[in-house]
Formats: sequence, C-alpha cells, structure tokens
Amino acid sequence: MTVTPTLELRGIDKSFGPVQVLHDIALSAYAGEVTALVGDNGAGKSTLVKCIGGIHSVDAGDYLFDGRPVQVHSPRDAAALGVEIVYQDLALCDNLDIVQNMFLGREKRRGMVLDDSTMEEMAAATLRGLSVRTVKSLRQKVSSLSGGQRQTVAIAKAVLWNSKLVVLDEPTAALGVAQTAQVLELVRRLADNGLAVVLISHNMNDVFAVSDRIAALYLGRMAAQVKASDVTHAQVVELITSGRSGNLGPQTTPNGAAV
Amino acid sequence: MTAALAPQKPERPNRPTDSEEGRPPAAGLADVGRGYLAQVRAGEFGALPAVAGLVVLCLFFSLLRPVFLSNLNFANLLTQSAGSIAIAMGLVFVLLLGEIDLSAGYASGVCAAVLAILLTNHGWPWYTAVAAAMLTGAVIGLLLGTLVAKVGIPSFVVTLAAFLGFQGVVLILLKEGTNVSVKDPTILAIANDNLSPVLGWVLLAGCAAGYAALQLRRSRDRLGRGLAGTPVALLAIRTGAVVVLGGAAVYLLNQERSRNVIVSSLKGVPIVVPVIGALLLLGTFTLQRTGFGLHIYAVGGSAEAARRAGINVAYIRTAAFVICSCLAAVGGIIAASRGNSVDPNTGGSNVLLLAVGSAVIGGTSLFGGRGRVVDAVLGGLVVAVIQNGMGLMGYSSGVKYAVTGSVLLVAAGVDAMSRRRSAQR
Repeated sequence: MTVTPTLELRGIDKSFGPVQVLHDIALSAYAGEVTALVGDNGAGKSTLVKCIGGIHSVDAGDYLFDGRPVQVHSPRDAAALGVEIVYQDLALCDNLDIVQNMFLGREKRRGMVLDDSTMEEMAAATLRGLSVRTVKSLRQKVSSLSGGQRQTVAIAKAVLWNSKLVVLDEPTAALGVAQTAQVLELVRRLADNGLAVVLISHNMNDVFAVSDRIAALYLGRMAAQVKASDVTHAQVVELITSGRSGNLGPQTTPNGAAV
Repeated sequence: MTAALAPQKPERPNRPTDSEEGRPPAAGLADVGRGYLAQVRAGEFGALPAVAGLVVLCLFFSLLRPVFLSNLNFANLLTQSAGSIAIAMGLVFVLLLGEIDLSAGYASGVCAAVLAILLTNHGWPWYTAVAAAMLTGAVIGLLLGTLVAKVGIPSFVVTLAAFLGFQGVVLILLKEGTNVSVKDPTILAIANDNLSPVLGWVLLAGCAAGYAALQLRRSRDRLGRGLAGTPVALLAIRTGAVVVLGGAAVYLLNQERSRNVIVSSLKGVPIVVPVIGALLLLGTFTLQRTGFGLHIYAVGGSAEAARRAGINVAYIRTAAFVICSCLAAVGGIIAASRGNSVDPNTGGSNVLLLAVGSAVIGGTSLFGGRGRVVDAVLGGLVVAVIQNGMGLMGYSSGVKYAVTGSVLLVAAGVDAMSRRRSAQR
C-alpha cells in the first residue's frame, strides 16, 4: 500500500485498572474511504473511539496521523489534528438553533459581539457542500428537528472545521428506514469529499451499503481488517461472534472452513 | 411530527415557520405572523402570557378601582417593583442554567446593610459605598457559584443554607435588629426622585432612535449577505410600538402627580426606570449577542454538550451566580433608597419569592435553557400590578400572598406544559 493512511494505529493497548480492554490493536483509515468498525457489545469499539478522540489516552502503541506519530491526550489535541467524533448521543443543545449548535464553543466573533451572519453563511455553505436539503431554516431550534436531521446537524458540525477524520458512533441506531438511508448517503458523501470516515455500526446492511473496508473487533483484539468487497455478510458476522472466519482472523487452529 | 415539521410544500420551498430570524429576504408580515403562530403552537410562548396577563390585570383593576390608573399610582407601581425586578433579572441568569438561587433576597439585604453602614456609620461617599455593596454581591456570588460548580453541592441546598446564613449576617451587621437610616441624597434620589420632564423625552427619543438604527443595521447586513432578514415593515411596527408605549408612559409620568403642588412638585420619570432600563439593555446584550451569553444557554440546554464543545462549564456556572448576586446588590441598593433605611427585614420576607415569581411569570423556564432578561421586567410588572391592585381593593396581605402564589403556580404550570409540548415533537 503506497497511500499513507490518514489515521494509523499500531499496537494499541488500553487497560482500566486490572482489566485490559484493548490488546495490540491495529487500525488504518484512508482518506476518501469509509472504514466500518464492527464488533459485538463489549468488544472495545467505544473505548477505541475514545482513544482516537483523545478522551482516553492509550497505554501503549503508536498513533500516526497522516504518517506522522502524534500524541493525543485530550479532545483538544484530537480536534487540532482534524479528528472529529460524532458520539451516539450527539451532544446537541435542544434550546439552540442549528447554527449555534454547529459553532458551539468555537463561535466567530466581531469584537465582543457574536458574528451571527458569518456563522450562518459558513453553516449554509457546509450543508450545501454535503447536499443537505432536509432542513428548512438554519435558525430553527434543534428541538424541532427529527432524529435524522439531528444526526445531519451533528455530522455537519464535525465537518465544519476542515476535519480530516470523522468517526461516527452508530449514526443510524435510532433512525427509521428513510432517515437511515439519508444519513448513510451523507456518510458516503463525506468520504467522497475526501475525508477519512470511520463508521461504527451493528447493522450489517449499513456496513455493506457504504463501507470500503471493514475492521472487526473481537474481545478487545482486532480480528481482521478486510476490504468490504472481499468478504460476505456471513463472514463478517462470524468474525464478530467468534473472532475468526475461515482464513480470516487469528489462526490458532488449523484452517478448516472454506473461504 | 407536528405541522411545523411536515415536509415542505413544493410551491413554497423556503417557507419559514420556526425561527424569529430564519426567514428569506422576501418574507412579508404574513410569514412572520405564521412563524410566530407555529412557535406558540410548539410551546414557545415567549412573552405572550405575561403581556396578556398584564393587559387583563390592568383592565380589571382600572375598572374596579379607577384610582389604579392615576398618575401617582402608575409611578408608585414602577418604583415599588424596581428592586424586585433587579433581583429577578439576576435570577434569570441562574434559572437559565437550570439552577436556583434562594438566597438572592437576603444577599440583597446584606449588600444593603453594607451600603447603609458605610454611608451612615462610617461616612463614606455614596460611590465608594455603592462599589463596596456591589463588591459584597460579587463575593457572595463567587462563594455560592464555587460551591455549586466546583464542589458540586446542589444549588438548592447551597442557597437554602445561604438564605439562612445571610439572614444571620444581616442581623449581626445591624447589631441585632437596629434600623440604620440612609440620608445620602444621591442614594435616596434613586427610588424617590424623578428625571426632569425634558430629560424623560430626550431619553426616550435616544432609545427609540438607537433601537431602530440597530435593528435596521442588522437587517441590512443580513440582507446584504443574502441571508434571511427581518422585513422592514416589522421593524417599523416594533419601533412604532416602542415609541407609542414609551411615549404614553413618559407623558403620563410627566404629569403633575403631587397632591399639593404648592408644597412640592412631583413629576417626571422616576430615576429607577432608566436604571432598570440600563440593566435590561446590558443584560439582554450579554445574553443575546455575546459568546458568554450563548454559553449560558448552552449549559442550560445540555451541560454535557457544552462540556464536549470545550466550554468551561464550571466557569459559566460561577459567573452566572456572580451576576445574580451583583444584581441582587443593585436590588438591595434600590430597596435601601426606597425605604430610606435598612433593617433586618430588607430583602427578607417575600422579596425572593416575588423575584423568582417575576422571572417565571415573565416566561423564564425553571428547567433551564429558556428565558430572557426582559422576562424579569414583564413578570415583575405583573406581580407589582397584582400586589398594588389588590392593595387598592382593600384586600389583606394574606389574600395578596395567596393570589400571588397561585399566579406563580400557574406560570410554573405553563412552563412545565410548554416544556412537555416541545419534548413531544
């Protein structure tokens, strides 16, 4: 592989007290691609995401960003690199409007005063860039938005800052069919716009619909990282549930099943 | 999904419905009206209940007791309510975070006692005494805010303890209940003197012109960038409303209201009115136009979202308590001026409940995240009208308290209902 991954993790270990949650994790995410991160409950997906986002710092291992080794100890470090994480609970303020939420904590100011007009322009441009047409007014409060629209706002917030890597934690978990399709389309568009996208999902249909690569975690270890076109639905499910499938995954026993 | 959320109609792709400002440049008054209706339907009542209540109450009392409408009573109403409005303005900041300050009343008492003692017993000039009273307020706020934000004690408990504690501090400062009189003419003027009639008009003209210019500039700027701006007709209506209402008030207050003109003339806008007006402008600017104000709303809406956005939540909380206690100090100074003295009951009894009531009746939510400084003024006027009108009708304090309590309960009910409505969407 000659292309340098936007994010490359090597040999990541993470323990909470006596419990080791992540063992020797390797993960690569490339610009212009959606990398799906799958795994059963408790496999370590959330911990890994928090390590990427700087909420947890890793115990051992290398964190390479654009090929350079970096130290990420806080969410600010991650944001400075261009890493944005959209958590499952979105963390939006219901009582603020779309523009205010997108710029929260990083407002544009003119002297002492907030520069509402510039922020609204930038927000509109970002949403246009993502071909979002589902929101009527940027000045409507987030409390009046549907689940899919909220997810859209959270994702738009993440890409507003020229970010390079966007990690989405189960963006479609609480959505209906039509809204799921909309959000997946948006996820695909992020990658097509040249960002590296890591998508966490439980839903195999979603994973196969948008991702280029699939990374499967099993009990805190990376079972396999494969191209989505090289595996089947059933193989990924097997990787998630047993940590191996055919010649994929750690080979502790002789290769038995056919690929 | 409610109507406001229904898919757009193709023939009107940009129909605005939800936001006060989010309308396309071509929007007319009809669109604005429709947007406002949609907002009300969604549970965003804004100032509507307070204004409606104010109109109904004024009509009711003026029909039953024509003296309610007299110039003297109108001026009294404003000076009576000013102290509690100042405290209520401070409470808005704390309520926006979803916290409460039960000690604001007695905090105003402590600050008033500091003011009176420094003026009368130590002979300080009024400006240093006022500065000391304000500083006392700031220190109180810093203490309460730190206990809530850093130590993590619920604000209800911190301020309940402070409520009792400050009651004691006032008693100690006033040597077990002596009454310290205030004789400084500048301090007394705040609640007892009036602007000259000409100055009243000049001030109103300045305010109306400034208001119109600011609104127009903002709208021009937005339209120039191709963003949705406020229609000029609406700007004209708003400015017209300011001119007409303000003009009527200044005209009435400029009438002679002394019972015996030969002894003393009594006319003009009471000085507390521009004092409250200035606080209203400053508070509204802080909350609506600065990043600090936005962060207060954000912390009130979702502290977790604010924290993840990199906002220093503890700092915002502490600052809100400091602002609240500083405005309580202003309320204490106004109370000292109006009473000509400070006694252990200054800022006590029902002062705090009326102030909380004012903010909530005005439309500030007890759940945090929703409210404006102007709510304190509107709600404060409603409370003052009830107290004043029922006093004129000869009801006892017992009945007044009961009625004011019921109105507060109704306002809190409206608040809870509107919250449920917006949560159902």
